[in-house]
Amino acid sequence: MIRILALLLFVFISVPAFAAKGKVLDVQVIKAPPGAEAWLVEDHTVPVISLTFSFEGGLAYDPDDKPGTGHLVSLLLDEGAGDMTSQEYQGKLEDNAINESFTAGRDAFYGSISTLSANRDLAFGLISLALTKPRFDQDAIDRMKNTAMSEIKKDLGDPSWLVARTFNGMLFEGHYYAKPGYGTLDSIASITRKDLQDYVAAQFARNVLKVSIAGDITKDEAEKAIDKIFGSLPEKADPLNVTDAQVKYGGKIILLPLDTPQTFISAGEPGIKHSDKDWHAAMVMNYILGGSSFDARLMKEIREKRGLTYGVYSMLSSTTHAGIIQVNMSASNDKVEEALRLMKESWTQMAKDGPTQEEFQNAKSYLTGALPLELTSTGEIANAMNSLQRDDMGPNYINNRNNIINALTIEDIKRVAAKLLKADNLSIVLVGKPKNINVDILLDKPPGMGAAKAP
Amino acid sequence: MKLRIFFLLALLLALPGIALAKTFNAETFTLQNGMQVVVIPNHRAPVVSHMVWYKFGGADAKPGESGIAHFLEHLMFKGTQKVPEGQFSLIVKKLGGNENAFTTHDYTAFYQDIARDHLEKVMEMEADRMKNLVLTDEQVASERQVVIEERHQRVDNTPQSKFQEQMMAALFVNHPYAIPVLGWLQEMKEMTREEALDYYHKWYQPNNAILIVAGDITAAELKPLAEKYYGLIPAQAVPERVRPRPAPIIVEHQLIMEDPRVGQPVVMKVYRVPRGNDAMDLLSEIFGGTTTARLYKDLVVDQKLAVNAASDYDPISLNDTTFTIYATPTPGTSLQALEVAIDKEIATLLDRGVTLEELKGARTRALATFTYYRDSLQGPALLFGRALCSGFDIDYLENRADRLEKITIDDVNDAADTVFRSPDLPVTGVMLPAEPAKMPPRSAAPKPAAPAPAKQGEKQP
Repeated sequence: MIRILALLLFVFISVPAFAAKGKVLDVQVIKAPPGAEAWLVEDHTVPVISLTFSFEGGLAYDPDDKPGTGHLVSLLLDEGAGDMTSQEYQGKLEDNAINESFTAGRDAFYGSISTLSANRDLAFGLISLALTKPRFDQDAIDRMKNTAMSEIKKDLGDPSWLVARTFNGMLFEGHYYAKPGYGTLDSIASITRKDLQDYVAAQFARNVLKVSIAGDITKDEAEKAIDKIFGSLPEKADPLNVTDAQVKYGGKIILLPLDTPQTFISAGEPGIKHSDKDWHAAMVMNYILGGSSFDARLMKEIREKRGLTYGVYSMLSSTTHAGIIQVNMSASNDKVEEALRLMKESWTQMAKDGPTQEEFQNAKSYLTGALPLELTSTGEIANAMNSLQRDDMGPNYINNRNNIINALTIEDIKRVAAKLLKADNLSIVLVGKPKNINVDILLDKPPGMGAAKAP
Repeated sequence: MKLRIFFLLALLLALPGIALAKTFNAETFTLQNGMQVVVIPNHRAPVVSHMVWYKFGGADAKPGESGIAHFLEHLMFKGTQKVPEGQFSLIVKKLGGNENAFTTHDYTAFYQDIARDHLEKVMEMEADRMKNLVLTDEQVASERQVVIEERHQRVDNTPQSKFQEQMMAALFVNHPYAIPVLGWLQEMKEMTREEALDYYHKWYQPNNAILIVAGDITAAELKPLAEKYYGLIPAQAVPERVRPRPAPIIVEHQLIMEDPRVGQPVVMKVYRVPRGNDAMDLLSEIFGGTTTARLYKDLVVDQKLAVNAASDYDPISLNDTTFTIYATPTPGTSLQALEVAIDKEIATLLDRGVTLEELKGARTRALATFTYYRDSLQGPALLFGRALCSGFDIDYLENRADRLEKITIDDVNDAADTVFRSPDLPVTGVMLPAEPAKMPPRSAAPKPAAPAPAKQGEKQP
């Protein structure tokens, strides 16, 4: 689909740990420290273990005037802990081929680790130290601030980053989702060691913790490991007082000018959350409208028939405080007008008539058939489980999902399409030099980035 | 010469006497028409990854026809009489499969990941399009627009990707790696149906293709299917892949790009080096593969001259490959100061060599990488496809672990000599921010480019 030039990019697509016949995954709910939740998928084929965890909260814990605090924490957790300096800690990870990573997301702070099972105890010991005794040495803080600021400077010239930043900053205006998660040059500079410690103290607690493990480990061993890593965390995170986001600028076209041959386009409007009873119908509808298939309507109309873009995709984005349906593409500046018109036409037509019977059957067939391919390496299984835990879907959902999809009727899809798709209500964000577009809001810099100017 | 020695070594190490542990347990056989088949068993789930690799890539195109191999890859989705346009993808999707294709300088590959029960269907369709592609002028015209948009999206929109193309052009003078796989824009605009079909008829032959299936299947199970679908396609003479040798680099090149959209200066030093060198692989790891490696520890942590600093070597390539050093200066550090520091690291390396500790650490990580590979379905299949299309054999991968065990400090130090004392001088690249006013007029901007280092990390801007 994406017809990538492969370069060195290896996409690891691997196989799920398969359970009994007819089951997609054999998910065990295992013992966790009080307040937390832990799942396990055991598979001993390859001596590898992957563990993923999350603390709910994320961006909401960044102080309003210091966006990027969580991001800086994510860069610093593996930069020294307990008695170990940064170089000592990194050395332990590297000498034992242990992979650790942390991400400050919009709704949660995530961590993951993968290790050869032979180095299990060491790996779990290291991550436990990182979570409970991070050092935040000034030297490491300065180094990671440089890293973070260097990234921001790079991002400010990257059209795909600029369009996403502008989309989030404008559509969620007034809500904390609009904050730039990677911070600004000024905010990163202003963050202190105490800010980092406060962030950890406020959020890293058992009542907001979800953990999942996949791979070469038994239930008993997994329970012990989880207790060792997370058992000593505080019971409760600081409470948050946050509300759902309202999507802004419906029906408006927003332009951030940039001197590039193409315009990057993101458009969105209120969608649906994973917990909604219509989620699966929306998923089927989205696949038909702009999913991963060349047969998707947007792809057919805009790429296959007319060659206006390399790729156009719609997607449902379900986060804790907003559901969005969104479309992304890029097109040469003189083709933006036509591409937008075709996109809106597809939107409207789907809302009006829904899918054909054939499209409906094909979509169900793909979405149910491809499930095992979507659960790839032990790392991806652990991530998938974590996301189901966070969405409160229950350990058996993964095995019921196909039944839910198969039970849908074409009327369900039509109803959801009519409810969600309102072409005239889309907030459209453009980054580039589009021709013949009537712009409602002209920006001179990406929102939320303070004094930093887009080139 | 070096390559020959390398192969000899590989061969010697592969000789019986010691029972060598095979990492992937791949099985291979060849069909009567010369098509090689590789099976990488992985029975954890009832799924397979089915791939056909053609030993034909961007570097096999005639001068003036850049981009044609990648264009042909796109056109392979335009249908046959039996499976008309759109049907291939539709059928794969209906069967719950995912498919894709990709092109590099050295190969073009097509794959489908799908439930094992549907393997036969995708084999039938893939074999069909090896011989029976039908193209209309309309299809070609609209797809040409798509690849041009792809070039704009991947390369022309970002200064880093445009710069990458220029670096390759400087490193591989007189060799087709200098020409971007996506093509130069002015030549892409002139790509025709006839040209594409000409390459198709010449290169897309079973004796020039490799079938790789990874997953829930054995060689014994696959063989009858491979014979039924691919085995019946008659072999046909395929041109030899004769590539000119890259010209010597006897003057030091420095490429400089100033662009208002380069927010962060970068310096890189790139060496043209031999492929397939295990010791060089470990050298790169020791010198700049991690955050405790020399470059990062000295330049970033201790001297605070750089925000990041690393090195990179990819051994798998049909011809010469590159050894890259790159670094980003800290605010207030000049690029010159950073370059001097890099050169000092190189001098120290050449002077004192690597330590046993360093060698052990690099080896541990390299060996672990292969275990992590086995945790995946497609990972080993991609590795085998790349290696076999680049002229390596199966043992190159299967016995890599054993070869790594035998590498000594001297081997790594020799590799350092090969890189840093090569008669071919490195090409230095510098990217600098520029004020918008200083930006050259569009017409004067360098044409395009090289394949974007497609590192699309998920971000939450």
